Amino acid sequence: MPKIIKHSSIVDDNWTLVRLADGESAETVQLPAGDLIVPLKVWQARRAELLARPQRGVWLAPDEVAQDIAADLDKLQVVAVDFPQFADGRGYSTAALLRGRFGWRGELRAIGDVLKDQLFYLQRVGFDAYAVRADKDIEDAVKALNDFSETYQAAVDEPLPLFRRRRA
Amino acid sequence: MYRYDHYDQAIVDDRVKQFRDQTNRYLAGTLSEDEFRPLRLQNGLYIQRHAPMLRIAIPYGMLSSKQLRKLSDIAAKYDRGYGHVSTRQNMQLNWPKLEDVPEILAELATVEMHAIQTSGNCIRNVTSDQFAGVSPDEITDPRPWCEILRQWSTFHPEFAYLPRKFKIAVNAAEGSDMSDRVATRVHDIGLDVLKDGDGNIGFRVIVGGGLGRTPIVGVVIKDFLPWQHLITYLECILRVYNLYGRRDNKYKARIKILVKALGIEEFRRQVEAEWAYVKDGASTLTEAEVDRIRKHFTDPDWKPLDDVSLEALAAEKNDKAFTRWLERNVREHKKPGYAAVTLSLKDAKHAPGDITCAQMNFVADLADKYSFGELRSSHEQNLILADVEKSRLHELWLEAKAHSLASPTIGLLQDIICCPGGDFCSLANAKSIPIATAIQARFDDLDYLYDIGDLDLNISGCMNACGHHHVGNIGILGVDKSGSEWYQVSIGGRQGYNAHLGDVIGPSFAAAEVPDVISTLIETYIDNRDSDAERFVDTVHRIGVAPFKERVYANKGAGKERAVANA
Ligand code: HEM
Ligand code: SF4
Repeated sequence: MPKIIKHSSIVDDNWTLVRLADGESAETVQLPAGDLIVPLKVWQARRAELLARPQRGVWLAPDEVAQDIAADLDKLQVVAVDFPQFADGRGYSTAALLRGRFGWRGELRAIGDVLKDQLFYLQRVGFDAYAVRADKDIEDAVKALNDFSETYQAAVDEPLPLFRRRRA
Repeated sequence: MYRYDHYDQAIVDDRVKQFRDQTNRYLAGTLSEDEFRPLRLQNGLYIQRHAPMLRIAIPYGMLSSKQLRKLSDIAAKYDRGYGHVSTRQNMQLNWPKLEDVPEILAELATVEMHAIQTSGNCIRNVTSDQFAGVSPDEITDPRPWCEILRQWSTFHPEFAYLPRKFKIAVNAAEGSDMSDRVATRVHDIGLDVLKDGDGNIGFRVIVGGGLGRTPIVGVVIKDFLPWQHLITYLECILRVYNLYGRRDNKYKARIKILVKALGIEEFRRQVEAEWAYVKDGASTLTEAEVDRIRKHFTDPDWKPLDDVSLEALAAEKNDKAFTRWLERNVREHKKPGYAAVTLSLKDAKHAPGDITCAQMNFVADLADKYSFGELRSSHEQNLILADVEKSRLHELWLEAKAHSLASPTIGLLQDIICCPGGDFCSLANAKSIPIATAIQARFDDLDYLYDIGDLDLNISGCMNACGHHHVGNIGILGVDKSGSEWYQVSIGGRQGYNAHLGDVIGPSFAAAEVPDVISTLIETYIDNRDSDAERFVDTVHRIGVAPFKERVYANKGAGKERAVANA
């Protein structure tokens, strides 16, 4: 079973990620059994069918924004944000908005080109689960969650900026 | 200046460890070239023509003598014995070895320095006025605000992978159009510090300026942002940009393109809509924090001195060379009896902005001896001793002159801003340093330079505009034509509150022609100026580009480009 990092530990991943292959459409794609994380489009097209399942997850592409899923958050257990390339940083703002403005408390998972060197930042904007790219060493990657012992600015993991916490 | 406490030190130390691990993984082959690139860039490390180039941050240009000595040691030990002051006030080393960089960073950390976010698609080192805290024309000291922004932007988790790089500059001077010494209008965000009628501090926020391929003068998004909201407001600008800035084409990815595409009204609406959610939140600045930071920028122990005018000093020594240096390189200070001195790094023997290790050590000594152990770098690529007693200026001048740091040419045609260009930079279309050297050699007559007066000449080796050619009174841009190096010339650009982008005068020139072109432009100016007081750029704006253009191309043979290019 594939592994992910969840709350700083390496655990089995019980969810199946659904991506649309070329030529597949949201309306007709075969959905496997089990707990699924589906593309936003599939969720929108197959809502009733997915609601019949015990658990649900949806993932957002970089150009899909937090607002697109905000109204449905109470029906989901997992929201994932896709990073097709790690250097495309839109997902950081999407995560911050999901956690902050839209109050998402469930699992927020980074998927795609997820690498050791971005984990610290991902954690700070509210991710708590990381599907590290399969060819990378997940045991080494998890260490990066502790890269820094102090941070300056407020973020999801530490809502107070250092200047409101600083002691001489 | 700002001194680290254990929090600041821990962050910089952790960064050294992190980068050592990244470099080791890259060298071991577990981190690919593509994966390593953004990581090293966020640490100021470019891979250039000959070797890596490391850009070391000098936050808003402030440097202690101890730090400068460390830079000198590092340049001697890991490089070829010199460094380069950049147009964003940083220090660049052109020849370090990749394997040595973690060690260089560890050494820098011992003197509270780093290379964090000096490059890459993130918020870059904040720049400011080299005369901050001492200039008579300033409303308040901009440096505490710069430091607040430095801390906020350092490893900001949401904005480490922006569509493109992001540059912020802070200006707190007012008065003439030249008081803005930081070019706020050509930055992604420019901040003018203001005081309202009741003495409250706030910021005029300017957004979407920039040079590069598509030069644009920034526009005001907020007329007066009360200081408490500085961080929350900037976060909203960055968030809108991070989400909606273009990522499909790196030449269209700067915030200026987004602002232009949406229009300032719509961009402002989106920022304010975002702001409604975070305004007054935890990142709202407090008096206590601003006071804490301000305490790092208190006035040094200036003595109570009687003021002397620079004219009186000149008359007393009666030495033409000293008088010229006083006129060009020495600036009035807000404290009577003190002056700010610019040490020129535009000696014709070195590339503009270059400084040798020996010079660095020497300048550090000068800073200790004359200026409370501190100095500044300027975006014009010079160094400044900000607090020199006027009675010691002559002594200082003699010392600086002996080390080729006293060219009395600040603000004159010799004081060229120039990017590294084709000699070092892999993006260059053409060399830029030899052009600067050729112009400096042509105009080496001081009397003539003084007669010409204030003139900014800026050179970039390609349209990325690292040398700010668009805002030079004369701008020179390297262009590539079927593999050979040509130079396009523009005139009428300027920085400051009335920032203006220069107009190209016509077809480009071969390298060998450039000094003649500059001579013709200068002659045209001299013949047309309405008095000695009218500056080159003012004459251009009064009479227009046409008379300049006509004369340059008449001299060149009716506007035809020369067939021979510089190979
Ligand atoms: C030698 C290696 C260098 C490379 C590869 C390089 C690359 C670039 C690129 C690609 C841009 C355009 C970015 C854009 O428009 O988004 C740029 C802009 C800039 N560079 Fe450099 N640069 C180098 C050196 C320097 C140096 C030495 C300085 C200072 C002396 C400098 C100062 C600047 C400035 C101020 C800009 C901003 C212009 C603007 O506002 O767009 N660069 N650089
Ligand atoms: S302007 Fe062009 S040539 Fe000059 S340093 Fe920048 S990228 Fe290189």
